[in-house]
Amino acid sequence: MWGMNHHHRSSAPADPKSHTTRPIVTGASVLGVKYNGGVMLAADTLLSYGSMAKTMNASRLMEIDQTLIGASGEYSDFQAIQEMLEAKSLQMQSGLLQEREGDEPPMTARSMWNYLRVVMYHRRNKMNPLWNSVVVAGKDGATGEFFLGNVDRLGTTVEDNIMATGFGAYMGVPLLREKWRPDMDEGEARALLEDCMKVLYYRDCRAASRIQLAKVSADGVLISEPYELETSWAGSTDYIPLNTPLALP
Amino acid sequence: MASSGSGYDLSAATFSPDGRIFQVEYAGKAVENAGTVIGIHAKDGVVLGVAKPLYHKMIVPTTASYKRIHTVDVHAGVATTGFLPDARVLVGRAQEEAADWQEHYGSKVPPHVLADRLGHYVHYFTLHGALRPFGASCVLGGYDVDTKECGLYMLEPNGAAYKYYGVATGKGKQVAKTELEKLNLHKQDAESSMDVATAVKNVAKILILLHKENKDSDGKPMELELSWICEASKWKHAPIPKDVLTAAKEWANEQLEEEDEDDEEEEEAMEEG
Repeated sequence: MWGMNHHHRSSAPADPKSHTTRPIVTGASVLGVKYNGGVMLAADTLLSYGSMAKTMNASRLMEIDQTLIGASGEYSDFQAIQEMLEAKSLQMQSGLLQEREGDEPPMTARSMWNYLRVVMYHRRNKMNPLWNSVVVAGKDGATGEFFLGNVDRLGTTVEDNIMATGFGAYMGVPLLREKWRPDMDEGEARALLEDCMKVLYYRDCRAASRIQLAKVSADGVLISEPYELETSWAGSTDYIPLNTPLALP
Repeated sequence: MASSGSGYDLSAATFSPDGRIFQVEYAGKAVENAGTVIGIHAKDGVVLGVAKPLYHKMIVPTTASYKRIHTVDVHAGVATTGFLPDARVLVGRAQEEAADWQEHYGSKVPPHVLADRLGHYVHYFTLHGALRPFGASCVLGGYDVDTKECGLYMLEPNGAAYKYYGVATGKGKQVAKTELEKLNLHKQDAESSMDVATAVKNVAKILILLHKENKDSDGKPMELELSWICEASKWKHAPIPKDVLTAAKEWANEQLEEEDEDDEEEEEAMEEG
């Protein structure tokens, strides 16, 4: 059987090798802001399978060596990134000629961001990208400065005071730009991120109202448990476009 | 060296008529002449220790370039002796094995698996004429995350990887083994089983004793490198904190001085009697 088929098929053109060309199980936006004394991220906990809400309680924020990573896009690719970074961290900690004192992390947020860039760009050049947009947040141990950056699936890097991936890049960024101040405190940063997450919940059909916040500050890294945003379709017209008729004809 | 092996020592692939593999035995010699390594499996953790003679005055001691204990994974470490570049290859292999296990099974490699895999690796180098056996030995300490138990293993140049209560290798291993046996580590009853804090002190004591007894090294500078896996290190392989190490050294020196005095008194009593 095999021999016959082989003979028959050998004259036909070979099937093209296929790679990741679309995400399957996805997470929506990740938002981030720097504030006075830290940097904060927000993401909802929904995983979608196409337009189906598949899982309601998946964390898309992780900590590694005092750096926060948040990802939108293909969740399995994010899990692969997680494992890769953990292996890298371990490798750097136990390198033969490594010498470290105390709790100094082996990689800073900036170096992790740069390393992700190398990986993403490499995979993109192999026509087999990791289908994510990754937000990296942390603190530079040497200078004490906070860092907020993004790497997309093409290997493009961006560094800024505000950050948004997915639909957030369209509907979160204008709000973040309008409200962000370098001197905003932690409470203000949280309020701003929650407002943006609400907008995204109302407008993005792949977003959910169950979210997590995470911050890097002088006290270290903290990732919150998932919680519900207070939202209401009935009582508020805040997020309904002005020229949309409220009642259907 | 042709006389000692009578031609049977030219390859690790050749047995001598009385069933020995000289190349592997020579590898063992490389270990016997190098710095001492001691490991103790205590009731609540493992301790690894090495004595590092400063071969040259100009060597900068407490640096990573002069490290003899290495972390393999969060929960496992090895203390090395023998031909150190060979030992570093073993460490690298151990790290690869640990990372490999993590990638496949998503958990930490159990110490017995790590020891077994390293044993296979070392053994392979004793099978081929084209390969040179490892002139190094290492003591592996690890924590099994699933069973919550520690394990202590020694890898020999022939590929053996046995589990121990207490083990010593390198220069002066016989004296060290005798000292370890006195600690009754193999008696696992509650009374005589040792905790890590005591084990640290005893590892320091035995290493310092060996250094003092050795005519070639006495008076020359020597450094102790100790690590442990226990509750205090959050079950991670970590260097022993500096204050604990300093205290252990002080205790060891006091003990050794006391024992010296006792010996002298005994001798005097003998002469008088």
